[in-house]
Amino acid sequence: MGMSLQQIVFGVLSIISIISALGVILSKNPVTSVLCLIVTFFTIAGHYIMLNAQFLAVVHIIVYAGAIMVLFLFVIMLMNLNAEIEPQKRNWLKYAGAISGGALLLVLLGALREAEVTPLQSGSTEIGLISNLGKTLFNQYVVPFEVSSILFLSAMVGAVVIGKREA
Amino acid sequence: MTIDWFFILEKLVLISGVLAISLVVAMYSTWGERKVAGIIQDRLGPNRAGFMGLLQPLADGGKLFFKEEIIPGNSNRFLFILGPSLAMIVACMTSAVIPWGDTLTIAGHTVSLQVADVNIGILYIFGVVSLGVYGIMLGGWASNNKYSLLASIRAASQIISYELAMGLSLIALLMMTGSLSLKDIVEQQRHDGWNVFYQPLGFLIFLVCSFAECNRTPFDLAEAESELNGGYHLEYSSMKLGFYLFAEYINMFISSALMASLYFGGYSFPGMDSLGLSPNLVTILGTAALFVKIICFLFFFMWVRWTIPRFRYDQLMRLGWNIMIPLALANMLITGAIVLYRSTH
Repeated sequence: MGMSLQQIVFGVLSIISIISALGVILSKNPVTSVLCLIVTFFTIAGHYIMLNAQFLAVVHIIVYAGAIMVLFLFVIMLMNLNAEIEPQKRNWLKYAGAISGGALLLVLLGALREAEVTPLQSGSTEIGLISNLGKTLFNQYVVPFEVSSILFLSAMVGAVVIGKREA
Repeated sequence: MTIDWFFILEKLVLISGVLAISLVVAMYSTWGERKVAGIIQDRLGPNRAGFMGLLQPLADGGKLFFKEEIIPGNSNRFLFILGPSLAMIVACMTSAVIPWGDTLTIAGHTVSLQVADVNIGILYIFGVVSLGVYGIMLGGWASNNKYSLLASIRAASQIISYELAMGLSLIALLMMTGSLSLKDIVEQQRHDGWNVFYQPLGFLIFLVCSFAECNRTPFDLAEAESELNGGYHLEYSSMKLGFYLFAEYINMFISSALMASLYFGGYSFPGMDSLGLSPNLVTILGTAALFVKIICFLFFFMWVRWTIPRFRYDQLMRLGWNIMIPLALANMLITGAIVLYRSTH
């Protein structure tokens, strides 16, 4: 038994997240894809908890699994997408997709190969705890924080304006 | 790495206990609901099975278990079964962060009557509540029935709309308490008095939103039988239907526990520190006080259901977006101003 409890949990979480991430792109049924994506989000939240970032984990769940994926599900259910009515894609579109995807993979590999990765001992940092995060955000990064909140506000105003015009 | 077996045993017992109590309370809420309906409508309610009909929930459960299971032919079988299972699991998950009592001292060990005192307790509840919609949406869609789909879309948009106002009313409370841990919030109320006196508007908004989140009348548009033939569980039979109905009662129980803990002092009661009794006895009395508060809220849920008719769907949405959210924002602003004033003076 050379593995600690944390390593076991990490291994299990990683395996589930890779399998469910593959399920997102491999499943034929869009609703199953969405469910796989939700499982992936949960495993990523589990990784955050292992890094002692509970706040990040729970916000990740609320925002992605709780709000964004519900909207995805809405759209998919209402459009009733399935394999039969999906339009056949042209061949050149498939090749273009494969080439651009491969190019992106190469760029990512090239960037990550040279990158210096400092391993983070799980549980060694306290920055993910909500009080530390709040203090950092409102002292060190208060201007970027406020600017991003204005960005959100403008997006909300834009959504209301578009909604009003339609009605 | 040594494993603290006592700790694991303690948590295991606590989790099983909380789960069992949630299920029993939910079971007897169905009995209570019929009795309350009976009293309000001037009739007796269930009185055949056992003394005062107390065995009625068991009879109902047994009946549901032995009913024939029907899965519609063109439905997605996996998702059809996943729907009610998710509804049930999510309903049971919230109880983990609610402080059911203070600490007990058993044979030298201090046992906290809370499964997990995490420093983000309220956010955890929010996360779980936001997942509650999946059970309804998946079940309604997988049934392959347009009424079920319409009902599940109604339920989802209602839950999302009222979640916003609920969150905003909670932010005002959090600005006052300065903690996201439910245990801290209850302990503060033990010394400073109940939060409902400081946050009356916030409590009102939270109460209305929890009616909407639980799909209870007057917000039970997702089960409006006169327009939707029964709602999102139209195609369900046997215990799968039972799970949906049961999840609603568990949700009611948990929301009542949450409202009692956030606004009505949780397990604390007036004068609990001046009784001069042994700490263990005070803890047990505190837990009993919490359950009295919960039962009062459960009764309120039922009382409203049997006296107020349901809204129209556009009225529901207007109430959520045009009244609840602006009120919650105003409440947040006022609370923020007072907190700022008190911290500088």
